[in-house]
Amino acid sequence: MNFDFSEEQTQLRDALGKLLDRSAGFDARKELIRAGQSHSPKLWRQLAELGALAVALPEDLGGTGGTAVDTMIVCEALGRRLVLEPYVASAVVSAGLLAHAGSAAQKAELLPKIAEGQHLCALAHGERAARYHLPHLTTSARRDGDSYVLHGDKHVVLGGDCAHTLIVSARTSGGAEDRQGHTLLLVDAAAPGLTRRAYRTQDNLGAADVELRAVRVPVSAVLGEVGAGLPVVEDAVGLGMAALCAEAVGAMAVMIELTADYVKTRKQFGVAIGQFQALQHRLADMLMRLEQARSMTYLAASTLASGGPSVGANAGGGEGGDAGGARQRVLSAAKAMVGQCGRFVGQGAIQLHGGIGMTEEAQVSHYFKRVTAIDLTFGDADHHVAKVSDALLR
Amino acid sequence: MDLSFGPEEQRFRAEVRAFIEEQLPQDLRDKVHGGRHLDREDYLRWHRILAARGWSAPNWPTAFGGPGWNAAQQHIFEEECAAADAPMLMPFGIRMVAPVIMAFGDAAQQARFLPRILSGEDWWCQGYSEPGSGSDLASLRMRAERRDDHYVVNGQKTWTTLAQHADWIFCLVRTAADRRPQDGISFLLVDMRTPGVEVRPIVTLDGEIEVNEVWFQDVVVPAENLVGQEHRGWTYAKYLLGHERTGNAGVGTCKRWLRQLRALAGAQRSGGRPLLEDARFRDRIAQLEIELMALEVTNLRVIAMELAKRQPGPEASMLKVLGTEIQQALTEAMMHALGPDALPWHHEALAAGYSGPSWEPDFALPISARYFNHRKASIYAGSNEIQRNIIAKMMLGL
Repeated sequence: MNFDFSEEQTQLRDALGKLLDRSAGFDARKELIRAGQSHSPKLWRQLAELGALAVALPEDLGGTGGTAVDTMIVCEALGRRLVLEPYVASAVVSAGLLAHAGSAAQKAELLPKIAEGQHLCALAHGERAARYHLPHLTTSARRDGDSYVLHGDKHVVLGGDCAHTLIVSARTSGGAEDRQGHTLLLVDAAAPGLTRRAYRTQDNLGAADVELRAVRVPVSAVLGEVGAGLPVVEDAVGLGMAALCAEAVGAMAVMIELTADYVKTRKQFGVAIGQFQALQHRLADMLMRLEQARSMTYLAASTLASGGPSVGANAGGGEGGDAGGARQRVLSAAKAMVGQCGRFVGQGAIQLHGGIGMTEEAQVSHYFKRVTAIDLTFGDADHHVAKVSDALLR
Repeated sequence: MDLSFGPEEQRFRAEVRAFIEEQLPQDLRDKVHGGRHLDREDYLRWHRILAARGWSAPNWPTAFGGPGWNAAQQHIFEEECAAADAPMLMPFGIRMVAPVIMAFGDAAQQARFLPRILSGEDWWCQGYSEPGSGSDLASLRMRAERRDDHYVVNGQKTWTTLAQHADWIFCLVRTAADRRPQDGISFLLVDMRTPGVEVRPIVTLDGEIEVNEVWFQDVVVPAENLVGQEHRGWTYAKYLLGHERTGNAGVGTCKRWLRQLRALAGAQRSGGRPLLEDARFRDRIAQLEIELMALEVTNLRVIAMELAKRQPGPEASMLKVLGTEIQQALTEAMMHALGPDALPWHHEALAAGYSGPSWEPDFALPISARYFNHRKASIYAGSNEIQRNIIAKMMLGL
């Protein structure tokens, strides 16, 4: 039982913090946004040099062989600085999916390039009618000789604006809601018949809607087993959920620091407004929400790292059960908690800043938008409370 | 980072579990499980069983006869006791006055009082709050005047938990009025059988007598019962409050209640169907489960701090607020799981020796009584508002 980071982890965190403070400050971010970018190739290369793009990848493929705890450390640092890069989309979800389900050839081809920062990937799974429901899939892949031909529309592909390769899920069998029949395929973002409409999300990250019209890929583009892609997607999204939790924790911590500083300096009625108990108690509640969110983030990361939860209340009371279900339950609980806490902390931070908090100029408003977007990504708090709730029936 | 208990801790858990399994009397277990009242002897029976094994004071070092457990072992012990429906160990002697006597009492006081706390011979109660001094404890007015080799004590304490069972009371008393309020307080130990001490029960909203007023009229207390230095009692009191709050998360008990809540929702019917099938109610349970998962880890983080010899400070305030809020939310959800079954109030059936007709369902009354009783949790040991003040001051610099 310990919550300490190893020496390597502490070094990574400190080095990353230094790099980001130097190269990814709030002004650099503003500049990037003004230039219409969601990704800085220069910063991305620097992250690669630190090994930050490959913390959870196996060592023989350019990674450092870490776990979800290492990913958490990186993501909390990114969240603290509000970094725009498609880190979760490419370095966590896509790289994690490839490392887990890719063939030896696919891994050798893509993972070193991802680790070195030369290549960006994005998971193109979501569709409009699916909302957060991962089994829903209508994009189709029809076998034609040595190829598959893809048809369909993908919605809000995170990091899809600048990805070189898309990991596209498509149906090779079954109806829209079937758990079977998902097949994952590697698709070049420049493939004929593929159209991207790129845009920014509310927090200024990059995304795209993707139209697939008779996109032809070779059979060798299939990632993992034909028809068995859903669990792979679920696991990859699970990695993304844990990573986003860590980012949100970093962002919440900064919002509380900014707000505590603000109420100490802002004067009304002749005193710093931080003297007022109404504000003190709201900030104390925000801090408690942060710590609860942090605890769930630790639990999610350590559960992913060790394969299953070792602590954590369970209303069902069962000590056995399947590890996969228990892992999903912890991840959903973490994402629900972080979504709710992010709202509470973010809304409180804006409120306590008063009018200033409403401005685009104020840093706190950008942090608020990031935690809001995180709640809306990979399932919001309501979605994941319902998942934990339905597990009570089993 | 490793959130699992190691092999040594798992062995310890197995040892504790096996001991409780073998030694906890079934009738006590049933009473606790059913939320029925425990009398003085019920508490003491379990205390003596633990004392015989050397486990009656989980937080004590070996030097004073405790087991010398680290924070993780104490946590595991409490969790196992709660899971097995063991009676609560009364905190007033073991957790409250004993650490003060160990830290600030003299050798004679340690030799006189600590063994009797360990064995359960002396039942202690806490004389802190007064009618005019709750959150503003330092304003307390009960006077102790020094005359030769004794003090004469006059005044009143209130909200004194289970004073009706107590042999001794530890009191904060005013020994000087001519200075800052905090600087004129002393820490005094009073034998409850001393002439002039009177206990008057207070009936609370759940119909129970758990707290009391304790009146002191010209009570003569030997000067040797003063702990530490005269006028320095406020320092000792704050030390005690820190100890009191660390144990307040009550994660083990909450886990037991959460399991009971789910079982209850599975058994209660709504329109003929299990209440658990009602998604709205089920989501409430899920929300509590998530909050408790987080609290368990937050609690473990504080324990890890203790293990690393980093003294938790304001984190204890956080655990107090989070723990008591979820305790209250659980008692509330359990009562709402009962629905109209929570309305009948056959209060006499809760008494320790009740042998009248049984009522259906017999598990309902303790649950609704507990809801009312646990409104206390956010008030005692420094109200949750005071804890928020502490958090704002100590952790946010406000």
